[in-house]
Amino acid sequence: MMPEISLNVLDVAENSTRAEASLVIISVEADTASDELTIVIKDDGCGMTPEMVANVTDPFFTTRKTRRVGLGVPFFKLAAEMSGGRFSIESEVGVGTCVTAVFGLTNVDRMPLGDMTSTMHSLITMHEDTDFLYTYRYDSDSFTLDTREFREVLGGVPFSEPEVSQYIREYLRENEAEVTKGRLI
Amino acid sequence: MKSLEELKAIRERMQGQLGMREEGEDQTRVVVGMATCGIAAGARPVLNKFAELVQERGIKNTIVTQTGCIGICRFEPIVEIYEPGKPKVTYVHMDAEKAEEVVTRHLQGGQVVKEYVIPATISVPSK
Repeated sequence: MMPEISLNVLDVAENSTRAEASLVIISVEADTASDELTIVIKDDGCGMTPEMVANVTDPFFTTRKTRRVGLGVPFFKLAAEMSGGRFSIESEVGVGTCVTAVFGLTNVDRMPLGDMTSTMHSLITMHEDTDFLYTYRYDSDSFTLDTREFREVLGGVPFSEPEVSQYIREYLRENEAEVTKGRLI
Repeated sequence: MKSLEELKAIRERMQGQLGMREEGEDQTRVVVGMATCGIAAGARPVLNKFAELVQERGIKNTIVTQTGCIGICRFEPIVEIYEPGKPKVTYVHMDAEKAEEVVTRHLQGGQVVKEYVIPATISVPSK
């Protein structure tokens, strides 16, 4: 198991970049009224056949050749379900894949959300060719990061450039702090 | 809220200096395994530490990148260092602290940190 939800997000979003997505939409939404924490990872990558979708939550199914188990998606599903939540994957070849994990927000068996800033920072700076649209919401407060917007401003200066990389990290951290206002997820 | 104005200012400072860091064959590559096995074992702080220090210390001709499963999951987090003209070095069971040591001693000092290299003989559990 992963020790925190943000590591599941990093792991599962890696699948999107490997599926050659040009845009990956990630949202993290905590809603106290419904007592749910909803994570959505949606990509426009190569997508999966119905057989693959049916098998992908099986730990003994993987597209990898180096070994015969694939635990990324099963871990994410298990983490959601053990907190009284639910999990789904929708996918279509040539269109993309959407993974939704809903956690019980105040359920004692929900692992902490963890360091989403590091997850998003790693994804963005390590996948210069992929765009990310990230939304983080806590009830009515939210912020968005759109790498397409950043790219337009930067006009060719790469995300891996130290000052830009630092800016992205601070953007994520400061905005998250403003949204959560010390309320721990 | 951080504004896009700050990003504009960075671009203006940076433009002129672009193209100085081109990928080439004389480049050192630091590759961190970031599949499920690596991430679960703690690869994210290792990757972040390498990226941060290479930037901070301005280590030239070195890129930090990531790969999928390297195939020896029980040794994760794994870091491979490819230097031109030298054999690949594989560091195993890494953490952020060891990463800092590898940056200082290997990337900057030119010496392989033998303590963290994958052992030459490893015991394989019998079937």
